[in-house]
Amino acid sequence: MSLDAATIRRVANLARLRVEDDEVPRLQAELNGILGWIEQLQAVDTTGVEAMSGGGDAILPLRPDVVTDGGQAEAVLANAPDRAGVFFAVPKVVE
Amino acid sequence: MEATHFSLAGALSALEEGLISAVELTEAHLKAIEAVNPQINAFITVTAEAALAAARAADDRRAQGEAGPLNGIPLAIKDLFCTQGVRTTAGSRILGDFVPPYESTVTKNLLRDGAVFLGKANLDEFAMGSSNETSAFGGVQNPWRRRDNQGVALVPGGSSGGSAAAVAARLALGATATDTGGSIRQPAAFCGIVGIKPTYGRCSRWGIVAFASSLDQAGPIARTVEDSAILLRSMAGHDPKDSTSAEREVPDFAAACHRSVKGLRIGVPAEYRLDAMPAEIQALWDQGIAWLKAEGARIVPISLPHTKYALPTYYIVAPAEASSNLARYDGVRFGMRVPGEDLKDLYERTRAAGFGAEVKRRIMIGTYVLSAGYYDAYYVKAQQVRALIRRDFETAFADCDAILTPSTPSAAFASGDKQDDPIAMYLNDVFTVTANLSGLPAMSIPAGLDAQGLPLGLQVIGRGFDEETVFTVGAAIERAAGFSALPQVMA
Repeated sequence: MSLDAATIRRVANLARLRVEDDEVPRLQAELNGILGWIEQLQAVDTTGVEAMSGGGDAILPLRPDVVTDGGQAEAVLANAPDRAGVFFAVPKVVE
Repeated sequence: MEATHFSLAGALSALEEGLISAVELTEAHLKAIEAVNPQINAFITVTAEAALAAARAADDRRAQGEAGPLNGIPLAIKDLFCTQGVRTTAGSRILGDFVPPYESTVTKNLLRDGAVFLGKANLDEFAMGSSNETSAFGGVQNPWRRRDNQGVALVPGGSSGGSAAAVAARLALGATATDTGGSIRQPAAFCGIVGIKPTYGRCSRWGIVAFASSLDQAGPIARTVEDSAILLRSMAGHDPKDSTSAEREVPDFAAACHRSVKGLRIGVPAEYRLDAMPAEIQALWDQGIAWLKAEGARIVPISLPHTKYALPTYYIVAPAEASSNLARYDGVRFGMRVPGEDLKDLYERTRAAGFGAEVKRRIMIGTYVLSAGYYDAYYVKAQQVRALIRRDFETAFADCDAILTPSTPSAAFASGDKQDDPIAMYLNDVFTVTANLSGLPAMSIPAGLDAQGLPLGLQVIGRGFDEETVFTVGAAIERAAGFSALPQVMA
């Protein structure tokens, strides 16, 4: 399977990465190279094999449903590129 | 003896005996960094004043009889660990001047035990790379040089290239590092030092900038097996803030370094014998087998049949997890922002300007394999093959107690050598990536030099949560190898 230029643009859009037109051919070649190499997995018989999820064998623990942290607006906002009061500021979203 | 040439264990004894103070030890390392770092670029940030203040506090604690297990030991911290009040970059432009308001659990554990942080070590951007060439803060030079061409700069390996180069060049007694596909072991092998990736869940991932959450694991880099054991004991331990952190006692890993390998069964996997492998690597592997045999271990041929599928599996799982972990870099809450016409344009411009080429490549691959219509064919398939790789190890460990392999398929290569060929770069991790996929502990030990005088490592893989056997076997190899060569660039 080979990715065309339109698919590269679609994936870049999904990933929220701006891709200039002149970058498309290079990305297309690189991604197709990598995906072609990955394709060899299709040769493995995985019938009936349960997919592994996560890196360990531990069952995820539960903890009491109580507040453990909070009231740290200034620490949370300390690295914000832009803020308005105790909120993150972004360009106008709704007209 | 130069203060920077102590082993970590040796420095602890010297501090305890009053032969040196923590301030003197820290000053010596800061001086070494000043002299050598401009050449090798192992540190992104040096925190000299804070280090000296921490060293003074350590000397005070020792005077009051309150010295912790790492009291006064100067360390380098990979710039992937969040450090409260100290800029943390992950080697990326997109984090800008991010200053974490919190401390990662691993570094907090080290501070609890009295360690002194010299600064933040360089790395591949978001820990994605095997050469440290993808760092937005410039590459790191390997302190080792080829015998026949001292002028050529070699890569230190990656992604923990700054950690490995700093420890090899005597700029720190040890370092923290992380390993997602080989990022502790491969740079340790390239720089002639020791690195261990413990079992998944042994060290908390809380406060470590995430790359691929089911594979990422923190571990130490140091110059001896015992030093890495001392560091790992402090770094490890259960943490309720990481749901995958294991609720297990942390053993005395250093004690395991002094046990005998007599009677241990050492597995040698047939599938790690690659066609294109340099003869020197094969010879070193054979030598390692002979050393362990001479110490009374029994060598057992084993089979890990799905080995050849490990790298392609990794290059689905890791980018998939990376693409979702890196979605948080949106130019809104922290890090850099590039203004846009609207919010989406702001996201896209920020991410295009903030991420480097390799990170973008992996985000694109990850987004694609997780996208509608391809999820089963790629992601689920890869997680199934991953289960088979793990099963291979479970089967093999019925017949052996540890597995011996080479650490890397080559010695350190020259800067720029593999930058234009992503797959050739990825192949660096062919021997290391299986331990990440299966969550097992694995260590690289310097075991010899190639014809160019460059270090080569042997890898020991153990059962889950059996780092102790890995330390026992690693220490036996270290004793047998008597690796005493020193890098050309050194403080």
